[in-house]
Amino acid sequence: MTTIIKPAARRRTPPARPVWEEEPSAIAKAGKVVLLSLVVLAVLGPLYTIVLTSLSSQATITQAGGLVIVPGEITLDAYRQIISGGVVTRAVLVSVGVTVVGTLLSMVVSVLCAYGLSRPGSFAHTPLLFTLLITMFFSAGMIPSYLLVSGLGLINSYWALILPTAVSVFNIIILRGFFMGIDRGILDSARIDGASEWRILAQIVLPMSKAVTAVIALFYGVGYWNAFFNAVLYINDSAKNPLQVVLRSYVLQGVTVPGQIDVGQGAAASLALQMAVIVLAMVPILLVYPFVQKHFTKGVMIGAVKG
Amino acid sequence: MTTTDLASDRQRNAGPDGGSPPGASRPVRRKLGVRARLRRDRTLILMTMPAVILLIVFAYIPMLGNVVAFQDYSPFIGIPSSPWVGLDNFGRVFGDPDFWNAVRNTLVITGFQLVFFFPVPIALALLLNSLIRPALRATIQAIVYLPHFFSWVLVVSVFQQLLGGAGLLSQTLRANGWDGMDIMTNPDTFLFLITSQAVWKDAGWGIIVFLAALAAIDPEQYEAAAVDGANRWRRMWHVTLPGLRTVIILLLILRLGDALTVGFEQLILQRDAVGAEAAEVLDTFVYYTGIQNGDWSYAAAAGLIKGVISLALILAANKVAHLFGENGVYSKS
Repeated sequence: MTTIIKPAARRRTPPARPVWEEEPSAIAKAGKVVLLSLVVLAVLGPLYTIVLTSLSSQATITQAGGLVIVPGEITLDAYRQIISGGVVTRAVLVSVGVTVVGTLLSMVVSVLCAYGLSRPGSFAHTPLLFTLLITMFFSAGMIPSYLLVSGLGLINSYWALILPTAVSVFNIIILRGFFMGIDRGILDSARIDGASEWRILAQIVLPMSKAVTAVIALFYGVGYWNAFFNAVLYINDSAKNPLQVVLRSYVLQGVTVPGQIDVGQGAAASLALQMAVIVLAMVPILLVYPFVQKHFTKGVMIGAVKG
Repeated sequence: MTTTDLASDRQRNAGPDGGSPPGASRPVRRKLGVRARLRRDRTLILMTMPAVILLIVFAYIPMLGNVVAFQDYSPFIGIPSSPWVGLDNFGRVFGDPDFWNAVRNTLVITGFQLVFFFPVPIALALLLNSLIRPALRATIQAIVYLPHFFSWVLVVSVFQQLLGGAGLLSQTLRANGWDGMDIMTNPDTFLFLITSQAVWKDAGWGIIVFLAALAAIDPEQYEAAAVDGANRWRRMWHVTLPGLRTVIILLLILRLGDALTVGFEQLILQRDAVGAEAAEVLDTFVYYTGIQNGDWSYAAAAGLIKGVISLALILAANKVAHLFGENGVYSKS
């Protein structure tokens, strides 16, 4: 009997400790558990209390005297207030728009460039690659970049939030590294069958690199979503501000965003609103993250090794 | 020779009945004429063009724009008409106590983070690497990577809510009869504050490279060391740390090259609350003198000084790495 049960049971047991490694002492084990719990708590604790506060009613917040740790009365009021028009709603729309358009543009440009540079020995391969790499070592600086963007007439244009950061050489190098790792035989045989480079890229290379393109798209998307300083530099019209800028004025500078809430409301109520804006800034990342997270290591390592 | 190669190349592109197999054609490919290669690879070149053009416009042209550092630039008459003043702006920058304050703050912050931030990912990676259960490890990894994807505004906001004057810490202290404290606006604890923010945001992300390096260490080395009687700590000292050496040196070099760049967004967000005395770094100095006060040439000069010193630092650090027999960022050859 036991011999039959054993294989099934073994599948669930974790991989064994190597025979040469001694069993850690009880104190060491406990220390490890405590340390790791602290690390996890340090990340998740703040997020928990902020999300909970954003969902709490004014009475609960007043009773807690600030951020809520013990759940009380739960309400969606803060979110209802935020998304019912006004500055925050506008800022969310701006951020979503810039993120979607920017990520699409960046991905098209980067994938094309990475594929174009994925064959060493092709015409002008080295000079083109160096054109990219040099920008990783030299950067122009803030003042000339500002002068250029304003010279192009992009001040107060949403394009100023997209074009200057549209190309990330680091991301292109990661993609190129992956494309170069694809078996040449497959690509060559497609070429013999008469497929153009465009077709090879679209029908063979891209389907084979879904994971890495998803990670790069996340990197770009997060970059656009989090972009704060470009907006501070290039956007003067407060109606065009993205969410990160509104988050700063709302939470850090304590500005009561005009058209958002009545002045008569108490501080505790606006705390829930502040927390709701913070949560709003996190949500897109939390939504996409679980699907892409497991591929990070691979993507980052390709970039580190081949770059 | 060339004409036959061309012909076979054309045939190869033409269809399945084309001449030589692709593997065999590779060594010959080099001998193709320039025009033939250009013709063959024109699609590839076309594909790189959008990125190259964007880089030329938004990275290379601004490099030329640094000439305003040698001018008395006025936005109303533009770069071509602005008068040249030679090195005057650089002289002014070097004589400015505010600039030196920014330099000092930058170096102090970098130094502090090198000591208190840099080792954290290594320690975390060792800790995670010692976990045997893969599922637990993957879960904790996913959690510690997460804050890397939050914006600085978000991170500073979170800290403000926890440690600020009206934040969770003060609120807890007051509830227990103590005085509340405002860590967010205290210049004395500022270094500690921004370093813990950096640790919270990026220490988890920093472990990726170390975990990969740890995974690459041959388990037989551990086994051999254990057979030779090395205990847990000895094995860490003689097997694990040498295995991480290359990565640690590489990251130290990168950090040194970035010595004059400390989290720009992070600091600009908190400069007003803490004051320029403690929170002004080179990047914020350039921003406030140039873009806020309109002293373009002066700020460009300060930015250029920073860029040149940074480049020199990274080249020097790489040189040192070569002297120690490590690969550095780029290899010697």
